[in-house]
Amino acid sequence: MKTLTTKLLTTVGLGTALLLGGCEMPPPESSQWGYRGTGMEGLYDPDRLQDVADKNVVPDAIPAVPAVGPKASDIYKNVQVLGDLSVGEFTRLMVAVTQWVSPEEGCNYCHVAGEGFEADTLYTKKVARVMIQMTQNANENWDQHVGGAGVTCYTCHRGKNVPEYVWNINPGHKVASGMKNQMQNVSSVAAGLSSLPVDPFTPYLLDDRNGRHAGTTALRDGGGVSMKESEWGYSLMMHFSDSLGVNCTYCHNSRAFFSWDESAPTRVRAWHGIRMVREMNNEYVEPTTDWLPPHRLGVLGDAQKVNCETCHQGAYKPLLGANMIKDYPNLARLAAAEPEATLDESMDMDMPESQGDVSADMTTGGDQ
Amino acid sequence: MIEYQNIFTQVQVSAPDYAGVPVENTDDDRSGILTHSYWAGKIGDAQIGPIYLGPVGVAAFCMGTLAFLIIGMNMFASVNWDPIEFIRQLPWLALEPPGPQYGLSFPPLNDGGWWLIAGAFLTMSIMLWWYRTFALAQNLGMGNHMAWAFAAAIWLYLVLGFIRPILMGSWAEAVPFGIFPHLDWTAAFSLRYGNLFYNPFHMWSIFFLYGSAVLFAMHGATILATSRYGADREIDQITDRGTGAERGALFWRWTMGFNASMESIHKWAWWFGVLTCVTGGIGIILTGTVVENWYLWGMKHGLVPIYPMVGEAVVDPLMTGGAQ
Repeated sequence: MKTLTTKLLTTVGLGTALLLGGCEMPPPESSQWGYRGTGMEGLYDPDRLQDVADKNVVPDAIPAVPAVGPKASDIYKNVQVLGDLSVGEFTRLMVAVTQWVSPEEGCNYCHVAGEGFEADTLYTKKVARVMIQMTQNANENWDQHVGGAGVTCYTCHRGKNVPEYVWNINPGHKVASGMKNQMQNVSSVAAGLSSLPVDPFTPYLLDDRNGRHAGTTALRDGGGVSMKESEWGYSLMMHFSDSLGVNCTYCHNSRAFFSWDESAPTRVRAWHGIRMVREMNNEYVEPTTDWLPPHRLGVLGDAQKVNCETCHQGAYKPLLGANMIKDYPNLARLAAAEPEATLDESMDMDMPESQGDVSADMTTGGDQ
Repeated sequence: MIEYQNIFTQVQVSAPDYAGVPVENTDDDRSGILTHSYWAGKIGDAQIGPIYLGPVGVAAFCMGTLAFLIIGMNMFASVNWDPIEFIRQLPWLALEPPGPQYGLSFPPLNDGGWWLIAGAFLTMSIMLWWYRTFALAQNLGMGNHMAWAFAAAIWLYLVLGFIRPILMGSWAEAVPFGIFPHLDWTAAFSLRYGNLFYNPFHMWSIFFLYGSAVLFAMHGATILATSRYGADREIDQITDRGTGAERGALFWRWTMGFNASMESIHKWAWWFGVLTCVTGGIGIILTGTVVENWYLWGMKHGLVPIYPMVGEAVVDPLMTGGAQ
């Protein structure tokens, strides 16, 4: 009897250990952002938080230079985007971009040695020009999403030529001839390894398909989308959650996912984010497709595009909300039509929210 | 004491081959293997077989096999006949219902047509199997409790895959055949229709489901705990309450003031099981057909508690004009 009890206890003990082997070690760190009882809180494994912190270190800023002296466009030829900068500022920014994007290749990643800086020989230089405009546009016009921190090349690139997390239009997995690819029901990397649709990016982050699925009236009113459509939106939400390292309740009150009244302000910020990314992909990334080399194109011949993970990379805010743009004000706005006016404005530096405490601004949407 | 905590039986129910009582109204004898298994005896009766299938059973089996094969082959084709991918992705694979563009029409085979055919075969198989539970109970002179309980489950199955899609006018509303896909569908269903937790019939269904588990555990424990006094002869003890049943009854009466009887506990269990499916089916059939958003419906009827606001008020950016 005694040995039986011992055996039983051993079996139960071993079984429990095996079952719990994949779990995270308690206690988690918790953070609450909704009224008690609504479950609007996040539970974080301290080890993972440390991991995220380690991966989101901002490089030291290059010492600022005064915005005086001749303009870059007066000294260099073919400066289309940053011509209004002083030569000092321009050079500083070029050095920074090199550190951020091509630390190993150096200047020669975009410029051909011996050819003069003005030559647009390499596609990388042309991409860099578009990307600088994209960054400036995000900082100037998408305060509601990036306000308080802004974005620089480093936000996505992190020392890599191409940001680690980009996407192409998904041609779908291979199905037998005669079969129609349902674009779901295989392990979906985009949707947190669920069986949900494998490419929520094309409809929502390139095309402007409506992501609102839940009914808006108590009783049936004849409208509404099909269950299939709901699964696409659900898939995009899984991508959000994965990209930011947060759960649903970071934005939603899970008792009424659709309800804006019950949502956290972060949801508004995300809403603007969808539209910002859509603009990035359509206005900046897509036009590069024609002159990109084949090895930079996806299976269907499209350029590598932006989604939430491109910047966020597993953090609720890219680089944990660090404000890099304050050190690189030249990326904060697009070059204006009248060069002099732009110069004055950039010196004024009225970067929104730049003086505020960024790290504490966890649930505040841009206030326009 | 330890023997009562063991999942294996203490007594091997083992006897010489026994084909069962002769039954009226059937021409066919029971057929198939008749064997004895020590391990079957550990969890039930040691004798395995024979089985009575009959024409209806054979038909049910064939239809079920067809449905199983159609679903499986579609899954296999969806990974381009790659056996490794088939095994690796099996929990993710599915036979998906037609898209909303087809409404209730018959879609191309490769875009939902096979789903309809598989569903038809599966439904016929289940219906025939239901008839078997009915007919075999009749033959053995039993009541039809089993058939009606099974019918409750079939009701829920039909609501999900047949009745509700027809009322909604689209096969796209139905559930996919697949392990993870049907679970993802379930979560998406609640998101689409504004949280099923505010659906009163869903509440009832959960009540009966969880209640079934509690009742099952209570009853199993009571009988196991009193079987040393003969309480496992439950049916005798309905009318002739013996020492064992008496103790079980007293245990519950003294614990919570009220006790079921040897008869009523089985009625409780039966109704809880049946009502889980019946109420669940009602809840699903009303979703989308009558109620568009259960949360808003709950608001309308005072079902939803109001919590104080925390932080700044959030407004739909579409209402405020948004950024662009």
